[in-house]
Amino acid sequence: MTTTTEIEPAAATGTIAALREFWHYFSENRGAVIGLWVFVALVLIAVFAPLIAPHDPIEQVRDALLKPPSWAEKGDPRFLLGTDAVGRDILSRLIFGARYSLFIGVIVVVVALSGGIVIGLVAGFFGGWVDTVIMRVMDVILAFPSLLLALVLVAVLGPGLTNAMIAIALVLQPHFARLTRGAVMGELPREYVMAARVAGAGKARLMFRTILPNCLAPLIVQATLSFSGAILDAAALGFLGMGAQRPTPEWGTMLAEAREFILSAWWVVTFPGLAILITVLAINLMGDGLRDALDPKLKRS
Amino acid sequence: MIRFVLGKLAYLLPTFLGITIVAFGFVRVLPGDPVLLMAGERGLSPERHAELSHALGFDRPLWQQYLDFLVRLLHGDFGVSLVTKRPVLHEFFTLFPATIELSLCAILLATAIGLPLGIFAAIRRGSWFDQVSMSTALVGYSMPIFWWGLLLIIFFSGFLGWTPVSGRISLMYFFPKVTGFMLIDSLLSGQKGAFASALSHLILPAIVLATIPMAVIARQARSAMLEVLGEDYVRTARAKGLSAWRVVGLHALRNALIPVITTIGLQVGTLMGGAILTETIFSWPGIGKAMVDSISRRDYPSVQGGLLIIAAAVMLVNLIVDLLYGLINPRIRHR
Repeated sequence: MTTTTEIEPAAATGTIAALREFWHYFSENRGAVIGLWVFVALVLIAVFAPLIAPHDPIEQVRDALLKPPSWAEKGDPRFLLGTDAVGRDILSRLIFGARYSLFIGVIVVVVALSGGIVIGLVAGFFGGWVDTVIMRVMDVILAFPSLLLALVLVAVLGPGLTNAMIAIALVLQPHFARLTRGAVMGELPREYVMAARVAGAGKARLMFRTILPNCLAPLIVQATLSFSGAILDAAALGFLGMGAQRPTPEWGTMLAEAREFILSAWWVVTFPGLAILITVLAINLMGDGLRDALDPKLKRS
Repeated sequence: MIRFVLGKLAYLLPTFLGITIVAFGFVRVLPGDPVLLMAGERGLSPERHAELSHALGFDRPLWQQYLDFLVRLLHGDFGVSLVTKRPVLHEFFTLFPATIELSLCAILLATAIGLPLGIFAAIRRGSWFDQVSMSTALVGYSMPIFWWGLLLIIFFSGFLGWTPVSGRISLMYFFPKVTGFMLIDSLLSGQKGAFASALSHLILPAIVLATIPMAVIARQARSAMLEVLGEDYVRTARAKGLSAWRVVGLHALRNALIPVITTIGLQVGTLMGGAILTETIFSWPGIGKAMVDSISRRDYPSVQGGLLIIAAAVMLVNLIVDLLYGLINPRIRHR
C-alpha cells in the first residue's frame, strides 16, 4: 500500500511536467499557435452561433436576392457578406455552418479512432490469422480512393449528413487500425509489457491500460489530420449533392447551390470555400505543431 | 528480382479478391430489389421479373452468384450500362484516356514545381523562402479543390476571359481519335489552333488536380532532404571541401529522391479522388465524372464496374511504383 501512495504524487507531477514540456515544444511552432487560436475562435463561433449570427440561417428575405457584400457597390448594409439566390444572409449561414463542420469532424474522428484502436489492438495483440484477416480487410478498404468509396457508400446508404459521416468514418478508420497495430507490435516485446503480464494482468487490461497509452502519440497526430480530412471530404460530398441536404447551411452544400452563379455573383462562391480553407488550414497547422511536439525523433534535433 | 515481383503479386491477390467482393456485395446491399436495380426496369410483371432474375443470375445461391461474377469478370464482361446500353468495360475504356491525360499533366506539374520547392526550402532551412514556400504548401494541402477550381474559373474564365469553362477542346475542331490524348491528337491533326485550344482547356483542371499532390511532394521533398543533409556522408563530403552544389546535387539529392518517388507514386489514389471533383467542376469527360453521373442516375452496373476498374487501376499503379522502388533501392528488394 505504501508504494502506491508514494508513486501517485510522482505520477501527477509527471503529467504536469509532460504537459509543460509538450506546450514548450508546441508553442515554439508559431504556425501551430496561430492555428490553435483560430480553432478556438471557430469553436466559440460554433457554440454561440445563435447569439452571434445577425439573421436566421434559413430565413429568405425576398427583397434582397443575390445582394453583394455590404462594402461593394449595390451592397445592403443589413447583409455584411451579401445574400444568396433566395435571399438568405451568407454570414449567418457561414456561422451556423461552423457547427456542422466541427460536429462532422469530431464525430467522424471519434468513430474512426475508437473503431481503429479496437481493431488495431486486437490485430496487433493476437497476431496470427486474426491479424492477417483484419489487415487484409483494411487493405481492401485502402485500395479504393477514399472519396470514391465514401461516394459509393453514400449511394448505398442514401444521401444525407449522417450517412456521409458514417461513410467517411469507415474510410478513415483503417489508418488508425494500421497505426495502432504497428505501435502495439512495437511495444509487445518490451519489458514493461512482460512485467505486467507476469504480474497477472488480463488481456483487456494489457491491451487498454498497459500498451495503449504508450501508442497514443502517432494516433493523436493522425486524429488531427483525419479531423481536417473529414471536414474536407464531408464538404466534397455536400458539394456533389451526396452530403448534407438543402437548406442545411453546410459549407460544401452551400458551394453546390452557388455553382450556377460563379460568373454572376462571386461572393456566393467565395465565402463558403474560404471558411472551409481557414478551418482546415487551422487544424493542419495544429497538426504540424502536434507532430513536432510529440515526435521524439524530431525533438532531439 | 523475380521472387520479389511474385511475392508482391501473391500479396495483392487477396486484396484484389476483396475488391471484387466489395463490388459484388455493393449491389446486394442497396436498398430495394437488386433485380429491378440492375435491370433498370420498373413495374414488371411477375413473369418478366422471374425471367430477369434468372437472366441476371439472382435466383442462384449467393456463392454461385459470386463465382459467376468472377468468371464473367475474367471474360471481360463487366455488365451493361443502363443508360447507354453498352458494355461497361467499353464505356470506361473510352473515358480512361481523358482521365489519364489530366492526371499525368497534373502529376508532372506537381512534381516540376513541388520537388524544387521542397529541395530549395531544405537547403535554405529557416530562410524566408523556406517559410513562404512551406506556408504555401500547407495552404495547398488544406485546399478544398472543388472551391479552388471554381475560384480559378471566376478569375481566369470570367474576369480575364483567358480560358474556357468546360470540356476538352473547342467544338470548332474535329479530328480522328488516334491516341485518345487530346494534346497529342490535336498536334497530329495538324489543324491550326487545335493544340492551343486543347491546352487552354487542360490547364485549369490540371492546376486544380495538381494542387494537393504538389503540396505533399514539396513537404516530403523538404523533410527527406533535411534528413539526408544531416547524414555523416554529407558532412564528410562537405569536409572534403566539395562545393555546396556538388554536395547537394551529387550526394544528397540522389538519396533524398528515393522516398519522394514513392510519395509521387502514392499520389495516384489522391489523384483519382481529386479527379472525381475536378472532372465534375470542369465537365471533363473522364471516369471521375462518369462515376458521379452513374451514381446520380442510379446506373448501378456502371457504378459496380467503375468501382472495380478504378480500384484495380490504382492497385496496378501502386504495384508498379512498388516494383520501381525495389529497382532503385536494392535494400528493399533483398530484405
